[in-house]
Amino acid sequence: MDLQTITYLVVGASFALYIGIAIWARAGSTSEFYAAGGSVHPITNGMATAADWMSAASFISMAGLIANMGYGGGLFLMGWTGGYVLLAMLLAPYLRKFGKFTVPQFIGDRFYSKTASTVAVVCLLTASLTYIIGQMTGVGVAFSRFLGVSSETGIYLGMAIVFMYAVFGGMKGITYTQVAQYIVLISAYLVPAIFISLQLTGNPLPQLGLGSDISGTDTTLLAKLDLVVKDLGFDQYTTSMPGSMLNMFMYTLSLMIGTAGLPHVIMRFFTVPTVKDARSSAGWALVFIALLYTTAPAVAAMAKLNLHATVNKAVGLETDAGGRMVVNAEKITANADLYATESSLQYEQRPEWMKRWEKTGLLKFDDKNGDGRIQYYNDKTKSADAKAKAEAAGWKGNELTVNADIMVMANPEIALLPNWVIALVAAGGLAAALSTAAGLLMAISSAVSHDLVKGVFNPNISDKNELLAGKISMAVAIVIAGYLGLNPPGFAAGTVALAFGIAASSLFPAIMMGIFSKKMNKEGAIAGMLTGLFVTLFYVFAHKGIFFVKGTEFIDLIGGANSFFGITPEAFGAVGAIVNFIVAIVVDKVTKEPPEHIQHMVEAVRIPRGSKLVDGAH
Amino acid sequence: MENNSASGYWKATLGLLTKILIIWFVVSFGAGILFAPALNSISLGGYPLGFWFAHQGSIYIFIALIFYYAKKMGDIDRQFDVHEE
Repeated sequence: MDLQTITYLVVGASFALYIGIAIWARAGSTSEFYAAGGSVHPITNGMATAADWMSAASFISMAGLIANMGYGGGLFLMGWTGGYVLLAMLLAPYLRKFGKFTVPQFIGDRFYSKTASTVAVVCLLTASLTYIIGQMTGVGVAFSRFLGVSSETGIYLGMAIVFMYAVFGGMKGITYTQVAQYIVLISAYLVPAIFISLQLTGNPLPQLGLGSDISGTDTTLLAKLDLVVKDLGFDQYTTSMPGSMLNMFMYTLSLMIGTAGLPHVIMRFFTVPTVKDARSSAGWALVFIALLYTTAPAVAAMAKLNLHATVNKAVGLETDAGGRMVVNAEKITANADLYATESSLQYEQRPEWMKRWEKTGLLKFDDKNGDGRIQYYNDKTKSADAKAKAEAAGWKGNELTVNADIMVMANPEIALLPNWVIALVAAGGLAAALSTAAGLLMAISSAVSHDLVKGVFNPNISDKNELLAGKISMAVAIVIAGYLGLNPPGFAAGTVALAFGIAASSLFPAIMMGIFSKKMNKEGAIAGMLTGLFVTLFYVFAHKGIFFVKGTEFIDLIGGANSFFGITPEAFGAVGAIVNFIVAIVVDKVTKEPPEHIQHMVEAVRIPRGSKLVDGAH
Repeated sequence: MENNSASGYWKATLGLLTKILIIWFVVSFGAGILFAPALNSISLGGYPLGFWFAHQGSIYIFIALIFYYAKKMGDIDRQFDVHEE
């Protein structure tokens, strides 16, 4: 059977499974719709949270980013996992005890103010919508690349699938579908990684393979990689860092706080039965996330070495008769001259997978010195040694550009794995994008139907009508997300950083102070959220344009790029959060303290025992 | 519940949180970033140690921290008799 047919079969089977689950798990009440009836087992919830959390970006792009950044890529690994420690200890159990459905509702009740809850709704909608654009484009990309349909058709198909199980199933349908999606995506990620780890190091566990010697040698994989990339003028893999150490610190912190503050993640902890379950569920979520996140750095380093070895024969990996990469132990330890003429691969002899990916435009070759060979190195290097060697060898600039996404998607092809593995990777990428999109849609629809329609406009709405409103707003959100996916605004690339920035600078501090400071009042919380949000947006817009419109950057006004202690806009969320905390505490000191009953409410939220605090809880 | 034991419970909770947050900070921001260059001279198998903390170790420790927290909070809940029925 050819690859196309197998891919259709595998992806089709996974979709049939998702729809089957959706029919089985229809939501009949608002409680089931918003919070799956509060009856999801903590391990099940952990798995669903993991699928919810790991987006197309985690699945497809992260390993490639790490491959490019080397050691510095650890900021994604630590940032996107460390946030769960904060979530488990500072937010999840208390929000579960509070017993409501949404984040704005907590903020509105705790700070006894519709203004506070409206500010939270705006933050939530902005963060979730910007995040979802990336998912929808991811769905389109995955469809077009793997199934050969146009990206538009892909997005329509994706919308239809999500519509079916999200609108009818609500949180209940989404949760159980996400469990299935997790299993699909994690197998799709691990299978090729295990094969490649075996080929290079003989160790089936990629986490250990990354720290092992290359098969048949006593050279460690990382040491060899360091040597190769350094010789070619790149930064040493195990130490290279983006910008300063302070920037890496703040970037990591921003991602951690942002992770803990993202509403579609927080919401998941409303679905477990007890406070105790909310605590352990965050741990289970992290176990399932870690399975992918500890594999990603191995995929990154191994794919990078494979790529260099493919185009430079002096590295020491060879292709056998079947086109598969095999280790040549003698060559690995000999460290032959990477700059020798015959080391560079002749373009005509490039492997099949390179030809396939050239067609997609993600891999490009430009024979700058006209010798018919591929020279892949860092032509902007600061290393005088590499510069001199390249010049002496007659290299006229880097000739190969490789899109970072290839690292995961072409991995099974590079390792010459069977077609069903390639099909599985397609299904995995789609599962990752769809599950995250569904979680985000849930956050958006509950904010609109529960916090705006019921909370602000029509408090007396019946359960049945609210459920209808929830389903309608979900459907509208899907259409908007699809539209944005089809016509991505020019700012799509910068949006994920913005979502984390907003979550970190506005939502996380407000929720945390609502629990940990009994005396925090509405004036403090609102002022904190608004200034945190404002400084973050100000700094991001200064670099990327007002609402990402090109030409409206005002970088000079703040004294040049990264002018705040060399911190990049992506890393600024943590600064926004600090500003939020400081402003809130100062304003709180000069205004009057919250009413007695609110202080009692905070006390009650802090202890696990007792009935749910507010009427209307599930 | 008496006010005394409510404040005792909260104090015990905060004590546990502080302890865990210190470890959380030390493994990620400490070993994974600030002291990574120094730790890289030590190797763990084929890993430079600072690199290992940033790419592997801190994630494993995060998981352990959450389960340790969940277990210890359960103990504190029972000690102050506020656990769920």
